[in-house]
Amino acid sequence: MIQHLTSLPVLLPMLAAVILLMPPCGKSVPIRRVASVIFSSITLAASLLLLANVKDSGTQVYAIGDWSAPFGIVMVADPLSVLLVSLTSFLGLACALYACAGDDERGAFFHPLLQFLILGVNGAFLTGDMFNLFVFFEVLLIASYALLMHGGDKHNTRAALQYVIMNLVGSAIFLIALGTLYGVLGTLNMADMAHKVTMLQGDDIYLAKIGGLLLLVVFALKGALLPLHLWLPNTYATALPVVAALFAIMTKVGVYSIMRVYTMIFGEHAGELSLMAQGWLWWLAIATILVGAIGVMASQDLRKLTANLVIVSVGTLVAMVAVQTIQASAAAIYYLVHSTLVSAALFLLADLIARQRGKVSDRITAGRPVTQPLLLGGCFLLAAVTVIGMPPLSGFVAKIWLLKATFETEYTMVFWPVYLLASLAVLLAVSKTGSTLFWHHTTTKTPDVAEQNRVHPAQYCALLMLVLASPMMVIFAGPLSEYSLMTATELHNFANNLSVVLEGGQ
Amino acid sequence: MELLYASCVGLLVTCGVFLILRARTFPVVLGLTMLSYAVNLFLFSSGRLTLNKAAVLGYANEYADPLPQALVLTAIVIGFAMTAFVVILAIRGRADLGNDHVNGQEISNNKKGKA
Repeated sequence: MIQHLTSLPVLLPMLAAVILLMPPCGKSVPIRRVASVIFSSITLAASLLLLANVKDSGTQVYAIGDWSAPFGIVMVADPLSVLLVSLTSFLGLACALYACAGDDERGAFFHPLLQFLILGVNGAFLTGDMFNLFVFFEVLLIASYALLMHGGDKHNTRAALQYVIMNLVGSAIFLIALGTLYGVLGTLNMADMAHKVTMLQGDDIYLAKIGGLLLLVVFALKGALLPLHLWLPNTYATALPVVAALFAIMTKVGVYSIMRVYTMIFGEHAGELSLMAQGWLWWLAIATILVGAIGVMASQDLRKLTANLVIVSVGTLVAMVAVQTIQASAAAIYYLVHSTLVSAALFLLADLIARQRGKVSDRITAGRPVTQPLLLGGCFLLAAVTVIGMPPLSGFVAKIWLLKATFETEYTMVFWPVYLLASLAVLLAVSKTGSTLFWHHTTTKTPDVAEQNRVHPAQYCALLMLVLASPMMVIFAGPLSEYSLMTATELHNFANNLSVVLEGGQ
Repeated sequence: MELLYASCVGLLVTCGVFLILRARTFPVVLGLTMLSYAVNLFLFSSGRLTLNKAAVLGYANEYADPLPQALVLTAIVIGFAMTAFVVILAIRGRADLGNDHVNGQEISNNKKGKA
């Protein structure tokens, strides 16, 4: 059992999705909801077990069908991937719980699709093979296409159409990049690719460079890096908020792939090709932060604002990847967990606020007051303080760490002003949003019709899970930062990565 | 053979990109299909173009690289599913939005009817 643990975060959601489609769950709504939440909890438990296991005994390699690397496909559970798998499972559980309040019945097959999405994301994090990464990308994308359309209207169809076409072109480029890299390197196993890249000679170097940079285009598209980020605000703002909350992890899949490919395969050990994408990544990341900050200032409603916050967080993460030091990677890992949770929380909050404000929805203008100002206001305050990065919550810890990681390096002069200015923009926009939503009213009386829009207990649980994660990340900042440092060290430990995967597969 | 093969891939990509940049969903879908054909051919060639090599090990000294074939097969299956999905989505978009423009609206009335 224990040696198969690595495959469970992928197999369990798949099993769950299939079971959720079959009679007892497929017919009855309450059974489907309970089953979905139970399965999500089991996936989370398996992920946490795997996390504890990897923390104690190091990277686990699972060779599918016992075909050892580099011939078969391996799944590699190293500290970074298991952390992200646990994060995904946690987010999946929160969203499944939240949807039980009624969102899942606004269209067909919400819960199975959610499980398929988790399957795809977990698989993308765990796989050690580039082509397998492509397959899992497609799994998560097709689930996301369907989820995007869930309970949607006209605007939704348009955003979905553009999103699907963009991603299909992205997939084509992904395949061309993989074909080029396979033609040059003769392997698609990530560790083996990292090994072969060091031995390239002559014209092959340029071919590998073309392949590697084409991959950057794809990951930049998935991660919403600057010139390819335009799909994100519209897509996230038109999707159902619970789906948008779930999508908070999807840009992180792109960032994770950038981290993996340009630290491990084309990292500092790659000979002629070492750090080939860093120059691109750095300036694109800085520009992404700036554009995201402008977007935050210009947003007209809370969901668009959160979508732009996602862009700022992607820029920050990629900037840290471009810095390529252990400290920076560790900071990025802590920031990644924090920003995923807080953006998901903000999407859910936007939904709850929009329901209680009636016609004005979540637009940032004066409207009627929310029915439960204490609960929603309190949660919004917590989430806002977190996302702005004010003490004492996790945003502050992450911000200090990011600044410390770039202190007294060649990057300080660019990163500090840009990041701090962006923080200021976020502070202004979020505080203005908060005060407008909760304090500026056109009417003082709360109408009785809003009674039915009170926060459902399931929504309450899901929201609290996400919002309270931030104080928890501060209370357990010690162990978490230790773990992030260990993860970053492992990520940069080139020789160890290679030997574990290529020789330790069983 | 290499020249012919490469020009085929190039031509398909050119047509695909041209069609994807159109403003109507039908040409865009066709363009995506062409692009995926080009990608499949390209992937297939990443195992090198050779003639008369054994597909099964042990029957000859020289054998064809099996991996690109497996990759192409996977890519075809995925591409097929995705194309099916985008066709359905385009039809739904046509029904929901009242036209087949990718932005969901006509740019101006006098362009109506032109592809």
